[in-house]
Amino acid sequence: MKALERHRKLTAIWASEPGFRGWFSTVNHTDLGRMFLVTAFFFFIVGGLLAMLIRAQLATPHSDFAGPEIYNQIFTMHGTIMMFLFAIPTFEGLAVYLLPKLLGTRDLAFPRLTAYGYWCYAFGGTMLLIAMLFGIAPDSGWFMYPPLTGAIHSPGINTDFWLIGITFVEISAIAAAVEITVSVLKFRAPGMSLDKMPIFAWYALVTALMILTGFPPLILGSILLEVERAFGLPFFQADLGGDSLLWQHLFWLFGHPEVYIIFLPAAGVISTVLPVMCRTTLLGYGWIVAAAVALAFLSFGLWVHHMFTTGIPHMGLAFFSAASTLVAVPTGVQIFAWIGTMWKGRPDLRLPMLHLLGFFATFVIGGLTGVMIAVVPFNWQAHDTAFITAHLHYVLFGGFVFPIFAGLYYWLPHFTGRRRLFRLGEMAFALVFIGFHVTFLAMHWVGLMGQRRRIATYAPEDGWTAINLISSVGSFVLAIGIAMILIDVILHVLTATRARRNPWRAGTLEWAMMTPAPAYNFASLPHVSSREPLESDPALAVRLARGEGYLATSRNGWRETLTVDIASGRPDMHVIYPTNSRLPMLMSAVTGVFFLSLLLKFYWAVPLALAGVAALVWRWVWLLGRTDDPEVLPVGHGIDLPNAATTGRSPGWWGSLFLLTANATFFGSLLFGFAFLWTVAPGWPPPVWFAASPVELGIGIVGAALGPVGMRLAIRANRQGGGAMPWLALTLAGALGVAIACTAMMVRTPSPVDHAYGATLFVLGAYGLFHAALGILMAAFLGARVLRGFTSPARRAEFPIVGLWVDYLSVIGILALLAGHLPGLLA
Amino acid sequence: MIAVALSGCEGVLSTVDPAGPAARSIATLWWVMLAGGALIFGVVMTLLVLAFGRRRGSEAGARQVQVWIIGFGLGFSMTVLAALFAYGLVIGEQLLPRGGADVIRVNAEARRWTWSFTYEDAPGRMTENTLHIPAERPVDVAITSADVIHSFWVPRLAGKLDAIPGHVNVLRIEADAPGTYAGLSAEFSGPGYDRFTFSVVAHDVAGWDRFLKGAPE
Repeated sequence: MKALERHRKLTAIWASEPGFRGWFSTVNHTDLGRMFLVTAFFFFIVGGLLAMLIRAQLATPHSDFAGPEIYNQIFTMHGTIMMFLFAIPTFEGLAVYLLPKLLGTRDLAFPRLTAYGYWCYAFGGTMLLIAMLFGIAPDSGWFMYPPLTGAIHSPGINTDFWLIGITFVEISAIAAAVEITVSVLKFRAPGMSLDKMPIFAWYALVTALMILTGFPPLILGSILLEVERAFGLPFFQADLGGDSLLWQHLFWLFGHPEVYIIFLPAAGVISTVLPVMCRTTLLGYGWIVAAAVALAFLSFGLWVHHMFTTGIPHMGLAFFSAASTLVAVPTGVQIFAWIGTMWKGRPDLRLPMLHLLGFFATFVIGGLTGVMIAVVPFNWQAHDTAFITAHLHYVLFGGFVFPIFAGLYYWLPHFTGRRRLFRLGEMAFALVFIGFHVTFLAMHWVGLMGQRRRIATYAPEDGWTAINLISSVGSFVLAIGIAMILIDVILHVLTATRARRNPWRAGTLEWAMMTPAPAYNFASLPHVSSREPLESDPALAVRLARGEGYLATSRNGWRETLTVDIASGRPDMHVIYPTNSRLPMLMSAVTGVFFLSLLLKFYWAVPLALAGVAALVWRWVWLLGRTDDPEVLPVGHGIDLPNAATTGRSPGWWGSLFLLTANATFFGSLLFGFAFLWTVAPGWPPPVWFAASPVELGIGIVGAALGPVGMRLAIRANRQGGGAMPWLALTLAGALGVAIACTAMMVRTPSPVDHAYGATLFVLGAYGLFHAALGILMAAFLGARVLRGFTSPARRAEFPIVGLWVDYLSVIGILALLAGHLPGLLA
Repeated sequence: MIAVALSGCEGVLSTVDPAGPAARSIATLWWVMLAGGALIFGVVMTLLVLAFGRRRGSEAGARQVQVWIIGFGLGFSMTVLAALFAYGLVIGEQLLPRGGADVIRVNAEARRWTWSFTYEDAPGRMTENTLHIPAERPVDVAITSADVIHSFWVPRLAGKLDAIPGHVNVLRIEADAPGTYAGLSAEFSGPGYDRFTFSVVAHDVAGWDRFLKGAPE
């Protein structure tokens, strides 16, 4: 078969529907990556326009450009959009687009989940935009501190838009994180062991794991605050046993890792682009991986440095101050490794390199001021002033925007297959660089002169006039620079100059394909034996197109790929992907109905939407199965692989494992919140305790124990060709027991609106009940699969997945029930 | 030259124009950190620029890792950071409100958008938006809030501390000399945030006596 013929065949199998209809049904990572990036860049422009409004307001004293009601919405939305609708989705988009190409495979682990994540992001972002257009956008600052955001002080719908809209958007972050983790661990080219992975994949893996453990505290906080606002459960009200500090802990438990969740992907871009710009290889690959992992761990130990002025005892602060300074060490290791890389090679001042230099100059300043404000006494002065605003922009613009621009120009030929004709980019870089520093450098000083962040106006006698005017002028230069980059990119897309393949002479696999990338990425999958496969074999692209790699012949119109053993990169499973489908978009629309009915307080519609989501999920999973046993298939080079559906550790199992990791963090945060309120909040002990009941607790614990036993027996019965149904029924009965005990706890808990104690038990019960309901649904689903002949001793992959969820139910059910009953039983 | 530079520091809300011991030691900390930071920035930028002037490096890979990653990345970073952390810890300890015979105690309660101050030495006396203290004596301000989170901040005297509903935080302030010092509420609190300010009047010994005896403000 000729390369062209192979291309046509594979394209017919892998391509999205033509035209704009393809957007709604595509599950292809290249398309969805582009959609993510374009949407994120759109939000970057919107956030940037808001920044211009902020600078217009602050340019002169006593400004009456916008009143405080509007101004408060502007700065809140600026922060919210840049963090949640630009930075995180840009990482998601970049990873979704690049990872399969870098890893030498054809798509991510769960193509439909990619699409679902995208649509949740698009719909959630639209909700926030609509709020802004109607002038009812959130207005309490992007970190939403209660009690200011509570129902008493913010009665309007503004705050609800934030809590509900952002939670909706977070679904896409969690979905992408699960997807990226499983893809990096399992979906790689044969031979690509962990130590041969491109460095960007390491960064993406670490970032994804951080999202899985960093976002759940925020999601929990948002849910608790929304429940307080909507139903009066007083988690954050000091006079009813709550504590506003709980929000700060939950928020920053997310918020600080968030900074590194934003920085690490950018560092991945730097580590990829910089060596190519210097015609060398990365210095200290292992050290850099270790530094990224160390950053991830440390970043979870320093959230309190956002709370140095909340009255936490000084020695407690010292611990977090030490952690906050310590985090500069792995950052320093990376910076010096990059500089060492430059010394090792011969740096060329090409456009991506200019942005990398912009990164160095800006981020180093941001890092140094970061160390300054990690020192507790200085933080007491600088906190909540313009010094912090300046610092965080140095970190985020330096540590994210410049590297992303470098990446943009580096991969632009890959996105479009064209080369740059007009040289606008160099000029644009100069404007962006100068504009940025003019805007923000002096802002440090005005902060030390006492200018608080988030003020709408100031007086001439404050002495801040000149610096603010300079800042505003700088910001408009910056805006012009970014507009020029936008024009440059548009011109690039429109001009018809074909680029040659691999224009930068890079060594990574994304350049071993034609550009723009075909829907299937690689006509045949490479065998990887070095970190930079194109370096050792420049003709690799041609050989792959000719079909000299794995999976060269398409079968039955399947979208085929293979997975590998995590550590060694030895091929272990054959995977057939689902094809184009509108199901993901439909499901995220119904998810949107769920969130909208909460937002608009149409509570009658909430259970309907939930049932809709459940039905669609049922269908989603149902579509995957088959009723005949898949055979072991040759994938080329003499290797035969079993189908993923016939293994105990299928991609779905891995996905569930990491989703449950996020879920466990959520539950852990809830228990942390309970313990925090109990020990720190004023207004404890509560007036009435929950009356413990050994009977209810017993039902719950027996149920929790029966579930895993039932699933294990079901798995064994299915393996041996026996009937799994009785054991599935046992599992279902067990989940039912947990459900009963949790419901009883929710019903009998002391009035949840009168004290945070009752409220917390209510939420714990609800969490247990929700998972019990999931367990019941899953056991029923598996039962239906058995009845319809979708399982067999060979087709066993679905059993361990349900087993995982049932085990989880068992653990959290027991813990939630003990948290409610144990104090009463001990007393 | 220095005079010009220092005149740029002056301002009623300037943290680098200190008028009390706490603000002074923090201002010193800032100048030390600024000098150190500028030095480090200079070194890093120099290394960056030098990378362009070189022919292809000849050192072996292991040597490069030693110099760049172990030397600069680990050794240099850790030394600087450990020293800074120790310095900050010592200053922080000195700023804490510890006991003492001559400490004055006052209470500050914030609500949108007024500060109310009461005085342990003058029971029943309450002032709004002006806090009276004696100069040259340590004052412990017990800070709380009646509604949302605020923050008590007198930049020329000391750092800030939050006013949180249900909690009482104690901040030590002291003014070197009699005078009026501008104060701010430094945690965003909604539409009236801009104007949410107060002032601290530091009296001499006679003036403080008169205040305690109930002289009108």
